[in-house]
Amino acid sequence: MNPVPFSIETLVAGLLVLSGLFVVISAIGFLCLSDFFVRMHPPALAYTFGSWCVTLAGILYFSTLESRAVLHPWLIVILLSVTVPVTTVLLARVALFRRRVARAADTPPPLSPPRGA
Amino acid sequence: MSELLSGAIAFALGCYAVASVLVLVRLVRGPRAQDRVLALDLLYFHAMLVLLVLGIRHRSDVYFEAALLIALFSFVSSSAMAKFILRGEVIE
Repeated sequence: MNPVPFSIETLVAGLLVLSGLFVVISAIGFLCLSDFFVRMHPPALAYTFGSWCVTLAGILYFSTLESRAVLHPWLIVILLSVTVPVTTVLLARVALFRRRVARAADTPPPLSPPRGA
Repeated sequence: MSELLSGAIAFALGCYAVASVLVLVRLVRGPRAQDRVLALDLLYFHAMLVLLVLGIRHRSDVYFEAALLIALFSFVSSSAMAKFILRGEVIE
């Protein structure tokens, strides 16, 4: 266990504060925006910037603490970058499908022609 | 650990708590089911961030595995719920 120099601690603290701010901004957007398709976008801010800042802070801190390259926190970023788009697209399809079933007025038409036409 | 870093950790944890409360309001209020699924996914994500920050706070590697598991479970549960809303069953 090495002592962590003050400059590294300052950097880690800045990254943590930044991630907290991003997460709060995304939550405010998620709460206050009006439509579901608009509301899906602020969480992307938390999913990308929030997780990247915390992961970079962890990598910096533990690498200095153990004086070796501690890179396994990247795994979380890689996992999130694979899984989050899948979830988001699935939820967008869900919203579109339910809006079509409910025959809402402002539903966009399907891109492909209906089968058998 | 310096004052600065422990203060930043407390600030980040407070931010996650405030954000979780805001998302919880949307979870209770959310007009449709897809809002609730997305809110639950965000709650999972906030829990994962809290665990990562606690790992830095306690200088421990154990929290990392828990955070990875939470990330996995959030994907599985929200995609299963989205599939259920879409089709009425999870596995066809």
